[in-house]
Amino acid sequence: MAVNLLKRLGIFVAVLVGLSALYMGYRQLFLTTGWTWPFKVDEYAMPRLQDIVSRLWKPAATEQPILVQVLVEKALFTAKEAAAGFALGAIVGIAIGVVFHFSNLVRRGFLPYAVGSQTVPILAIAPMVVIWLGGQGLPVWMPVAVISAFLTFFPVAINTLRGLDSTDPRKLELMRSYAASGWSTLWRVKFPCALPYLFSAFKVAATASVVGAIIGELPSSIQDGLGGAILNFAQYYSLDPSALWATNIIAAALGIIFFCIVAVVERLVVRRAPENVA
Amino acid sequence: MTAAAVSIRNISKTFGKGGTIALQNIELEFQPGEFISLIGPSGCGKSTLLRVIGDLIEPSEGEAIIGGKKAHQARLDRDYGMVFQEATLMDWRTVEKNVSLPLEMMGWDRGARRERVRELLALVELTGFEDHHPWQLSGGMQQRVAIARALTFKPSLILMDEPFGALDEMTRDRLNLELLRIWEATGATVVFVTHSIAEAVFLSSRVVVMSARPGRVQRIVETDLPYPRTNDTREDPRFFELATEVRELLRESHEAREGQ
Amino acid sequence: MTRVGRLLAEWAPALAILVLGLVGWEVAVNLFGIQKFLLPKPSEIITAFWDERSVLWPAGWYTFTEAFWGFVAGVSCGIVAALVLARFRPLGSALMPYFIAASAIPIIAFAPIANAWFGIEKSSKIFIAALLCFFPVLVNTLRGLRSVRPQQVELMRSYAAGETALFRRVRVPTSLPYLFTSLKVASVLAMIGAIVGEYFGGSQQQLGIQIKNSAALFQFETAWAAILVACILGLAFYMAVSFAELVVIRRYPSAPRQRG
Repeated sequence: MAVNLLKRLGIFVAVLVGLSALYMGYRQLFLTTGWTWPFKVDEYAMPRLQDIVSRLWKPAATEQPILVQVLVEKALFTAKEAAAGFALGAIVGIAIGVVFHFSNLVRRGFLPYAVGSQTVPILAIAPMVVIWLGGQGLPVWMPVAVISAFLTFFPVAINTLRGLDSTDPRKLELMRSYAASGWSTLWRVKFPCALPYLFSAFKVAATASVVGAIIGELPSSIQDGLGGAILNFAQYYSLDPSALWATNIIAAALGIIFFCIVAVVERLVVRRAPENVA
Repeated sequence: MTAAAVSIRNISKTFGKGGTIALQNIELEFQPGEFISLIGPSGCGKSTLLRVIGDLIEPSEGEAIIGGKKAHQARLDRDYGMVFQEATLMDWRTVEKNVSLPLEMMGWDRGARRERVRELLALVELTGFEDHHPWQLSGGMQQRVAIARALTFKPSLILMDEPFGALDEMTRDRLNLELLRIWEATGATVVFVTHSIAEAVFLSSRVVVMSARPGRVQRIVETDLPYPRTNDTREDPRFFELATEVRELLRESHEAREGQ
Repeated sequence: MTRVGRLLAEWAPALAILVLGLVGWEVAVNLFGIQKFLLPKPSEIITAFWDERSVLWPAGWYTFTEAFWGFVAGVSCGIVAALVLARFRPLGSALMPYFIAASAIPIIAFAPIANAWFGIEKSSKIFIAALLCFFPVLVNTLRGLRSVRPQQVELMRSYAAGETALFRRVRVPTSLPYLFTSLKVASVLAMIGAIVGEYFGGSQQQLGIQIKNSAALFQFETAWAAILVACILGLAFYMAVSFAELVVIRRYPSAPRQRG
C-alpha cells in the first residue's frame, strides 16, 4: 500500500519534472538555434517557468493584491457558475434521458435537435442569453451557469438514455414477475444499472461545465471570473505574458479539481464487481 | 375439488408475423405440490412456455390459469416466484437486500423483512453472508440467493428456467438435493425447465418431454421414484430406466425431424 | 412499407417539431413584441441567410477548414500516440491518469496564447482545434486498444501470432467503437476551438468574426444567420463522422458494444 503510494508520487513528480524540462528544453533549443518554425520563440511567446510561477506572487495590477489571490477569487466565482451549470445540466439531462427512454415518439422528435444543439456556437449566443436572463433581475453569474448547462446537459442526456436502454432484460423480467410498477423498476433497477454510464457522462460534463463557464464569461463582459481574467490578460499579453500563463494554470487546476470531485463521488456511489470497472 | 396449480389450455405462440411457431396447442395440467420438469431440444419452446405461465409473454392463443386465476391476475397477486439461469442479482445490493427486494415492493416493514430474509438464508444455508455483494459469491451461492429471493413472499408456485445450467456438475448435484429439500419444506409447486435428462428425472414427479419446431408436448413421463430422494436414488436401476426412456423420447423426436 | 416511406415515418416527428418550432417562434416574436436584439424572427434570419450568402458561406467554409485541419492533425497525433503507448504498456498505464487529467483541462483558455504564437490567421485556430481533439482521442483509443478480452489474446497466441498480427486482427477492431465515440466528440470540439480561437482575434474572412461584428453593428439577423451557418457546418461534420462510423463498424460487426 505504502509502496504503491510512493510509486504513484514518484510518477507524479516525474511527470511534473518531465513536462517542465520539455517546456524549458524546447524554449532553450529554439532560442539558441533561432528556429522560427512552427513559431518564433522568445521571452514573449514562452515566458520562463520561474517567471510564470513567481508572477503569481506579484500584484495582479498596480495597487492590487497578489495575482494568485485575485485568480483564486476569480476561480471560485467561475467554479460557482460551473457548479450551478453542472447541476442544472445534469438535472435537465437526466430528465431528457428518462423521457427519451420512455417515449420513442419524443425521442425521434427531439433527439436530432439535442445533437444539433451541441453544434450551436455558445460563444455567439452567450451575449443574448446574458441579456435575456440578466433582464429578469437574476444575479450576474446565473446566465453564465445556463450557458454552461447548455454544454453539460447533452452528454448526460445521451448516457442516461444509453444506460437505461442497456438494462439487462432478465432484470426487467424479474421485476415484471413481481408486478412492479414502471417507477419502481426505474428506481430500483434501471437507474442503478445506468449509474456507471451516468458517471462517465458526469466526468465529461464536469470538464464541459468549466469550459462553458469560461466561454460564457468571455462575451458577457463579466469581470469577476477566470474568463474575464483571460480576456483581460490576453489584451496585455505583449507586456505581461506570464500573467496569462499563470491564469491558464489556475484554470487547468479548476478543471482537474472538478473532474476529481466527480471521480471521487463515483467511487463512493457506484458499487459494482471490481472486474467491471471501466 | 381444488383448482389445479397450473392449467395450460390450448396455448399456441407464434413470434412475429408468420414467423416461427414456438408453441403449438399445448394442453397441460399440474397439481398442487407437484414437481414438473420441462425438457426438450433447444427451440422447443420450454422457456417460452414457462414465461407464458408467468405472464411474461402473451400467448397467441389459449390461456394459462394459475390456481384458478388468469396468469395476469396471478402475476399481479405475486402468486409465483421466478429463478433464471443467471442468478440475475443486483450488483449494487448486498445479499440481504437482494433477497428482500420483492418484500420491499410489497411494502413489508424493515423488521419483518429482516426476519424473513434471515429465515430464508438459513434455508438455503447462506447464513452469515448477509452483507456480501453478489460478486463475492461463487456461482452456486449466487443461485441459492436467487432461490431464496424467489421464496421470500411464500409463493405457491415456483418457476425455474434452467437455474443450474451454468454450474458445474458437482455443484449442480448438491443444489438438486437442496432444491428437493426446500420444495418439501415449502410444499410449493415447481415448474422446472432443464436441458439435463438426469436432473429432470432426479427432481421431478413428472417430466414433460417436448419436441421442437413447432414446440409440442411429446409425452409426459411419470417418475415413480420414491421421495425423499437421495444420492442413492441416482444409482437406482429404476432411475436409469426412466432416464433411458426420456433419452429415447428425445432421440425419437430428433430423428423424426431429421427424417422430414 | 417502402424504404422511403419508412424513412419518412422515422423522421416525421422530427420534421413536425421543426415546423411547429419555427411557427411558434415566429408567432411568439410577433405576439410578445420581442425586440430584434433579443431574438429576431426566423423569417428575418432566413432572409438574412439568403441575402448575405456571399459573405456567410465563404466565412463559414474558412472556419470549417480551420476546424477540419485541426481535427485531422489532433486526431492523427492522438491515434499515433495511443498506438505507441499501447505498445509500451507500463508507460501507458502510468501516464493514463495524466492524460485523463489533461482532457479535464479547459484547453480553450489557451486560445489567446495560440494566437500569440501563430498569429491571428488560420494556423492558430488549427492548432487550438488540434489540441482540443488530441486528448479525448488519445484517452479513448488507448482505452479501446487495451479493452481486448484476454481469451482473444490467448487464442491469437495459440496461433503463434506475433504482436503485429495481434494488433491488426484483434486490438484495432476492438478499439474502433471507442475511437469513433471520441471522433464524434472531437468533431464538435474542433468547431468550438476554431470559433473561440477567432474570438480572441481573427480576420474578416472568419465566421466567428462575422458573428461578433454583425452583433456589434446591431445586424442581429445576420448574426443569427451566421450562427445558423455554424450549426449547419458543425452538424454536417458530426454526421459525416457518424456515417464513417457506420460504414467502418459494419465491416467489423463483431466489435463490442460501445462504451462512453
